[in-house]
Amino acid sequence: MSDKPKHSLAKQPLIGIGRPVAEDIAMLLRELVSHLRQNRTQLREEWARRITEAELLTAMSKDEIFAEATSVYDNYVEVLESGSVEALEAYARNLSERIIPRGVETHEVVGIVLLLRDVLARSLFAKYQADFALLNRVLDAYEPAANRIANTVAVGFVQERERIIRQQQEAIRELSTPVLQVRERLLILPIIGVIDPQRARQLTEQLLRGIRANRAKVVVMDITGVPAIDANVANYLVQTVDASRLMGATVIVTGLSSEIAQTLVTIGVDLSKMNTVGDLQGGIEEAELLLGYKVVPVPQGEVRT
Amino acid sequence: MQVPILKQGDYLIASIQAALTDADLLELRDELAARVGRYRSRGIIVDVTALDVMDSFAVRTLRSIAQMLKLRGAETVIVGIPPDVAFAMVQLGLTLPGVATALDLEEGLVYLDEQTKAKGGRHGGR
Repeated sequence: MSDKPKHSLAKQPLIGIGRPVAEDIAMLLRELVSHLRQNRTQLREEWARRITEAELLTAMSKDEIFAEATSVYDNYVEVLESGSVEALEAYARNLSERIIPRGVETHEVVGIVLLLRDVLARSLFAKYQADFALLNRVLDAYEPAANRIANTVAVGFVQERERIIRQQQEAIRELSTPVLQVRERLLILPIIGVIDPQRARQLTEQLLRGIRANRAKVVVMDITGVPAIDANVANYLVQTVDASRLMGATVIVTGLSSEIAQTLVTIGVDLSKMNTVGDLQGGIEEAELLLGYKVVPVPQGEVRT
Repeated sequence: MQVPILKQGDYLIASIQAALTDADLLELRDELAARVGRYRSRGIIVDVTALDVMDSFAVRTLRSIAQMLKLRGAETVIVGIPPDVAFAMVQLGLTLPGVATALDLEEGLVYLDEQTKAKGGRHGGR
């Protein structure tokens, strides 16, 4: 690289020794961009090599890394030239969308951008090593721009990740609490997964609305799918049962596993007010009894096939 | 604002139409206690469907109504607590222990019929 003619820069008038003014920076950046364009192939390869060496982006194949490196490199140079971060932001979002599902971590993305910054800085050292003052001014122009780019990519990646997480939370929340009518005036509420305060609240609200809408008299709340219970969760259950009672419905809780039963006894939660039955089947049978249903098998000869 | 109290056979039905002041609640209590004696009622339904706020005083008064009327020989059932109100009450720890509740007026009547029948007293109010 160092054999590249330097005259174009050397000929420019040097404005002061201290901080370079805006025009000077623009000029230096132009110079920089043409340098990066000229050495594109070499720098890109160097970068891809460093990525592999540092064992980043292990989820991607060598070819993919190289292809991705190329487009990041071109974008990088473009942003250095135009100074517009919007294009890079869009690209960072797009890149994140593609690589997040493949399990690429935040530290890897930040790592590769920083590596590129280092690779380019190295090439600048090599190129301007003869003239220390000039090198200083080139770095003055290069560093803020490069840091801004690294920042943009990292922030874009993290934002994309957070967006995905929010989306998934939303989806889980929507799926999480069906209130189903299995018989006239009998609802079942199967709870699956961890109960947190927000979910507990939503669950209770949905159940109370369901009681009103279906004129339910008995509700079977099945917690077979709840992995663990603590004092808070037990408290939510008690609240739900009490609120349902205020609306005239009886709640039967089913599916307390032996571990959960043990935890509840150990932490001393008072569930004596609660009507509990071993499993969902037992709960529904109990509820039918309360509602006055009697399930009788059809005599042998009349079974429809 | 006074609460209309309707006599329906052996039952009294108090239907709260709008937000009540504390004084209104006490008046309702006294009026119910008086009428239970006058009509020899066996059951009372207090319909709170129209209430969108239930504070601790209201809850305590409803509870004392239920207990007083029990001493005067009548069953009380509170009906029509809206879902939001029920949730808010529970969060405030106002769970009306020992007071019967039902979804709406119809359910309340069914409940009182069952109670009076179980006691083997006179026939139900309807």
